[in-house]
Amino acid sequence: MSEPKWDLTRLGEWKAEEFPLGAVIPEAGNSQYYRTGGWRSERPVRDPKVCTQCLLCWIVCPDAAIRVAEEKIADDTFDYDHCKGCGVCANECPVDAITMVPEGCELTEAEKDA
Amino acid sequence: MPEQKTIAATGNIFVAEAMRQCAPDVMAAYPITPQTTIVEEYAKFVAQGKVHTEYVTVESEHSAMSACVGASAAGARVMTATSSQGLALMWEELHIASGMRLPIVMANANRALSAPINIHCDHSDVMGARDTGWVILFAETAQEAYDNTIVACRVAEDPDVLLPVMTCLDGFITTHSIDRGQTIDDETVKAFVGERKPDYALLDTANPVSHGSFAGLGGPFFEFKRSQRDAIDRSKPVVERVGAEWSKIVGRPFGLIETWGLEDADVAVVVIGSSAGNARHVARQLRAEGGTKAAVVKIRCFRPFPAAELAAALKGMKAVAVLDRAESFGAEGGPLFLETRSALYDLERRVPVVNYIYGLGGADVKLELMRRVYSDLSDIASGAAAAEGLRYLGAR
Repeated sequence: MSEPKWDLTRLGEWKAEEFPLGAVIPEAGNSQYYRTGGWRSERPVRDPKVCTQCLLCWIVCPDAAIRVAEEKIADDTFDYDHCKGCGVCANECPVDAITMVPEGCELTEAEKDA
Repeated sequence: MPEQKTIAATGNIFVAEAMRQCAPDVMAAYPITPQTTIVEEYAKFVAQGKVHTEYVTVESEHSAMSACVGASAAGARVMTATSSQGLALMWEELHIASGMRLPIVMANANRALSAPINIHCDHSDVMGARDTGWVILFAETAQEAYDNTIVACRVAEDPDVLLPVMTCLDGFITTHSIDRGQTIDDETVKAFVGERKPDYALLDTANPVSHGSFAGLGGPFFEFKRSQRDAIDRSKPVVERVGAEWSKIVGRPFGLIETWGLEDADVAVVVIGSSAGNARHVARQLRAEGGTKAAVVKIRCFRPFPAAELAAALKGMKAVAVLDRAESFGAEGGPLFLETRSALYDLERRVPVVNYIYGLGGADVKLELMRRVYSDLSDIASGAAAAEGLRYLGAR
């Protein structure tokens, strides 16, 4: 992920006159800097032994959160910083290679309390 | 001084002519009485090749203002016109246009709002839109409607402002009556308004930007509104400066407010639009008869509101009548009254102010009614009557 050209480090302190006119965002494609992974309640998990590399999940993902390398689904399949857990990939997968797993299910009871 | 041409035409034709001379890139409009002849005349200009405007015929005013917002964000100079129910249908886009800081210029032919259905003049339409963040100018005559349109183009696009501007003229009275006025040559107007130079244009593909973004909970929405307030406050000296510049070219006065007979007056009438002429006429008659020394204060720029200017003009008056051609149901009085009385609050000596609602739905503002206002003012000034109560001027 490249760095934003637009310096947002002080955004929370900006005064009224410092914002770009009319709420314009003067840089294209900067939604990647907004991490939405925290919205997720379930995460997708891919079983590479079942996956046929049809790339349908990559096509349907509304957040471009499925990684592809050399025309194949990458080993670290999901960009969890941006996957909102919508489950479209799991629903559309023709061979059920993607399962939605509740976030936090791998934690022990003690870890959950912490 | 460039030569001017004296013509006889309706207010709407004067507005269409001024718009043609400002040469907007886009006009998106929907016809509605009594605005129709503005957009009809403009469509004719486009068809005849007299102006190179992309004329977008839309299915409603909601779409008209939406198209204007899109085109203005793209970087175009954009104009449109509407009236009454049409303005009401544009409501949400009016806020979007000002919030996105888009310098759209729109003529509004003042007309009553339903119900009951009525196509004639009052100011209910624009007064309902007075808090939408637009700069609002009013014309008394066809000539002022022409001048206001050209001044509006410069004010809207001024880097200190960048807000939409609405130029209002009274439905039928000004839009459809043939009036004498002057137009100036195209080159002078072209040089005066210049070209729009947008900071962020969607069509500037080398510098891609996002318009219409989200500023939700904890976001900078509050700060954006603050910057909008600052912009409309800054627009006041800009209206004055641009108006003065235009005034110098055409030799006609242009002020936020325009006063008549103020110097030695005891009482004054505050009024907006075409009725200012009636008020002046009667004030002149009364003076000729050796009666009340009356002044008339006409509001030409309603937003930003010329509060300080009004206070300075009305200071020391023994009685003031504010004439509202719109209701603010349930409030202490009409919109102009509320703001005028508020503007006078900080004066050291209290000025008695009384409110008249008049001319709703095109009800005639006859001279005898105007006389009654001055007669009431005399009674208030002499202490024979109190300045209280909301008065419906001439209603049965």
